[in-house]
Amino acid sequence: MHGLTPSQTIGPYWHIIEHPEWADLTRFGAKGERITLSGRILDGDGAPVADAAVEIWQADPPASELFPGFGRSRTDAEGTFRFITLKPGPVPGRGNVQQAPHLAMAIFARGLLKPLFTRVYFAGEPANETDPLLNQIEDPLRRASLIAQPAGQDGFVIDIHLQGARETVFLDI
Amino acid sequence: MTALAPLRPIPPEADPPYDAPAYRSTEKRHPTHKLLPWVHTVTELTGPHFSPARFPATTDLSVVNGKQALGERIIVAGKVMDENGRPVPNTMIEIWQANAAGRYHHPNDQHDAPLDPNFRGEGRVFTNEAGEYRFISIKPGRYPWRNHPNAWRPHHIHFSLFGSGFAARLITQMYFPGDPLLPLDPIFLAVPDAAARERLIARFDLSLTEPEWALGFRFDFVLRGKAATPMEHP
Ligand SMILES: [Fe+2]
Repeated sequence: MHGLTPSQTIGPYWHIIEHPEWADLTRFGAKGERITLSGRILDGDGAPVADAAVEIWQADPPASELFPGFGRSRTDAEGTFRFITLKPGPVPGRGNVQQAPHLAMAIFARGLLKPLFTRVYFAGEPANETDPLLNQIEDPLRRASLIAQPAGQDGFVIDIHLQGARETVFLDI
Repeated sequence: MTALAPLRPIPPEADPPYDAPAYRSTEKRHPTHKLLPWVHTVTELTGPHFSPARFPATTDLSVVNGKQALGERIIVAGKVMDENGRPVPNTMIEIWQANAAGRYHHPNDQHDAPLDPNFRGEGRVFTNEAGEYRFISIKPGRYPWRNHPNAWRPHHIHFSLFGSGFAARLITQMYFPGDPLLPLDPIFLAVPDAAARERLIARFDLSLTEPEWALGFRFDFVLRGKAATPMEHP
């Protein structure tokens, strides 16, 4: 066994490696149900986190030459991130269980010594009722923290609260 | 039945906490609820692949537009492997750092130290089939920050790696041997175990050093690897 390399914060200057176009997962020409996913990252005081790197990864549609499956967005002065992607379908879970359509999200920022992992589900999906991860969360408010709400024609919105009464459910993965 | 083996849990000694009071920026940004335990599925066990054709490599950070950056030229090389010792081939490594004076090419960096027109501090390299990488840069300078009175960050280079799946994602910092700022740095010290902290420090390596040209430093990355026996969620 080799000892793991520990995580360290991304810090405030990660934009040196930023490529803003990475926030558009359809930029290579992928076809499908195009959606925008946006939201704000807020700290324990409700103040915007303006220097975060927000990353998404989705196992569906499968990554290909046309669809990277991965995106990265900065947060702006209001703490807002914004992605363009394809709406995921259901994904196989462990055993014979299906998982409801979702994205994995990782949040990196100054003040985070390691990423915060969460998931984004979509309101109105019948499969949410039987999703094994969502069903582990008993508190309805906490459960709702993982579900993006429709906004506008093809938009979904989800705010991420790092701390406090409305704290988002983060995953121990 | 999916038989995907989950990744090993991160050992506590190598795991900096979210709440690290000595690093003040963690105060309002750390979660207070217990994290939700979750056994890895295809979502966590797969991740992005970057090809050098679409994401071209920049393996020499020390030259911009044919002009040489100021500072001490260095070569950084090593291996990317997983905890099981398996090399991670053809994987992308993102690199960013301050210039020799300790200033980032970034609008928010207001440190009163000179910018270098021949240094941007941005790079991207790929491992080969054996998991090896190598790049050329200049030794980044140390810089003050406002965490506490007279706070200075040690020499460091920032790295981002993707590994085998999204749960293996790693963003970290590489430090340099013998830096007297290391025992004073709350970010470095947030890693609980001294042996794990040592793994963040590169080794000077004369065999990587090129005579009359650049000093060599060796730094290996170890990413999360799969557990030996697949565990199934009950
Ligand atoms: Fe830094």
